[in-house]
Amino acid sequence: MTALLGGSAFLFLFMIIGVLLIFAYPSIYVNGFKFLVSGTWNTPTSASVVLVDGFKELQGASYGIWVFFVGTLLTSAMAIVIGVPISLGVAVLLSQFAPKRVASPISFCVELLAGIPSVIYGLWAFLVLFPILVHTIEPALNRYLYFIPGFGGRVYGTPSGVLASGLILSLMIVPIVASISRDAMAQTPLELTEGGRALGMTKWEVTRKIVLPYAKTGIIGSVILGLGRALGETMAVAIVCGGAGYLPTTIYGAINSMAAFMALNFSDAGSDVSGMTTSALAELALVLLAVTMLVNVVARLMVRRGFFSSAEHLVQV
Amino acid sequence: MSDELPTRSSPSASISPWNSPKVIANHRARKRWDLVFKILSVACALAVLIPLGDLLYEFAYRGIQAISIVRLTHNLGATVPGLSNAIVGTGLLLALSSAIAIPLGVFGGVYMAEFAKGNRFSEGLRFAADVLAGVPSIVLGYVCYLVLVRYFNFGFSAMAAAIALAVIMFPYIFRTTEIAIRKVPENIKEGAIALGSTKTTMINRLVLRFAMPGILTGILLAVGISLSETAPLLFTANFANYNPSGLFHAPLAYLTGVIWTFYEVVSIPADQQLAYVATFLLIMIVVCLNVVARLGLRRFSKV
Repeated sequence: MTALLGGSAFLFLFMIIGVLLIFAYPSIYVNGFKFLVSGTWNTPTSASVVLVDGFKELQGASYGIWVFFVGTLLTSAMAIVIGVPISLGVAVLLSQFAPKRVASPISFCVELLAGIPSVIYGLWAFLVLFPILVHTIEPALNRYLYFIPGFGGRVYGTPSGVLASGLILSLMIVPIVASISRDAMAQTPLELTEGGRALGMTKWEVTRKIVLPYAKTGIIGSVILGLGRALGETMAVAIVCGGAGYLPTTIYGAINSMAAFMALNFSDAGSDVSGMTTSALAELALVLLAVTMLVNVVARLMVRRGFFSSAEHLVQV
Repeated sequence: MSDELPTRSSPSASISPWNSPKVIANHRARKRWDLVFKILSVACALAVLIPLGDLLYEFAYRGIQAISIVRLTHNLGATVPGLSNAIVGTGLLLALSSAIAIPLGVFGGVYMAEFAKGNRFSEGLRFAADVLAGVPSIVLGYVCYLVLVRYFNFGFSAMAAAIALAVIMFPYIFRTTEIAIRKVPENIKEGAIALGSTKTTMINRLVLRFAMPGILTGILLAVGISLSETAPLLFTANFANYNPSGLFHAPLAYLTGVIWTFYEVVSIPADQQLAYVATFLLIMIVVCLNVVARLGLRRFSKV
């Protein structure tokens, strides 16, 4: 009986993949490889229904996710580039530098960060981050770092997309990366760290030469788990990304990610009478699932404890 | 003897290694780097804590300004709109999804910790739970939309949304239950078996009782996660201005949906105020859950 209930993990996972495959089949059949490499997604909801390859489709409809695919990778990469150094700094502070009295309220705050709904991050970015970006940070970046590709050529008055998404995502991956790599660092045997201190190494040298090499796998795993979170993040990105259907030329331009696109364009699935949009969205979900699952499996193989080591220290008996 | 002990009087030893200018300069440089990285790590912590503090302050401020009895008791469809049906909706979804996910997760966790024999199946199961936890919630939501809302014809409904949330909550409860049970001391279990208790009695009377704080923490975490989901609910619960008439074929409102629906309505400030109230309520609940999970259960666990 308990085995049956436990087995529901398998059941859920297979059902998710199976259902998406079944519903995505018309789109996979009709769109083929073009689905991945084409950059135009167009659902003319008022057009008439035609038969394509034996499946109903709206006339003139085209489905290609290249823009959203690149957008997902781009925003997640920015989140990693900005978020990981900060998270590692926090993890080093919590596990090495700070006394327990200081460390435990900070780790409470970091865990609180993990609990805040993503739509609230989005709202915060909309209300607070946008004005700061538009009036201060972006003009400064545009003026002083224009020689870096993507940093120059800002059109004044445009809403920020790539940078805002990257920043808000980097804030959202901090709790995952920081808490898991802190736990990995805390597992360094005391003999090693104390031995290093006894030989006269400074705390930073102990961290750099003993703790970081020891916790390397855990840290890399935590980064990949953070990447998994950033890839699948929906609501915050949907609010700040600007919902573009084209690729941005600068880091200030609007962008779209696969998850955000699903949230923003879900209503099209209802108004498309041929059902092809529903199918195409299912294929989009399948691609997103494949990417995140790949990332999570890799991470899981690296961090033995997997997704839950962050929760583990909370569970006390 | 040819090997004589070095004497202090030899001129080369007059500057001992720890006094040599080279070593002292090096020592200072190393201390300086240590300080630099300490400051950097504090700066990293500030880079995280300042946005968090600003977020909490911003929404506490706006929320307290916007909150009123009317905004909590009227529903969204009323002429003076309020959040009552969104609060009811969130509560309903939470109760339903917990009713599905908690038994599944707790029984599954007990199985993993007590009955699974470390074979391929149980290893695979653990792996599946971890992978399931990593599936983007929007994908889960869309699957539930395809299967429940469309195929099984639930319509946009509390039931479809609750099942979506339950699948999201399940792996967390499952794994934390297993971890909590594994932490129950082995000698307690052995003592019970030695006294002639069956395995079932041992689990019911001892293991679950000892692991309860841990299990409850896992449940609280999962509840927090399901509270803060938006994306899967867009596809399964949709949104409504009134209380749902039933569990099927009745779209309903929920707090995160209020934020998503009204965050941008700059033209109607009153509607935007609703988003602030909803944000305030959600943050209050999340903070309370975190505090309870951290402080309350720790104290309880010492009993």
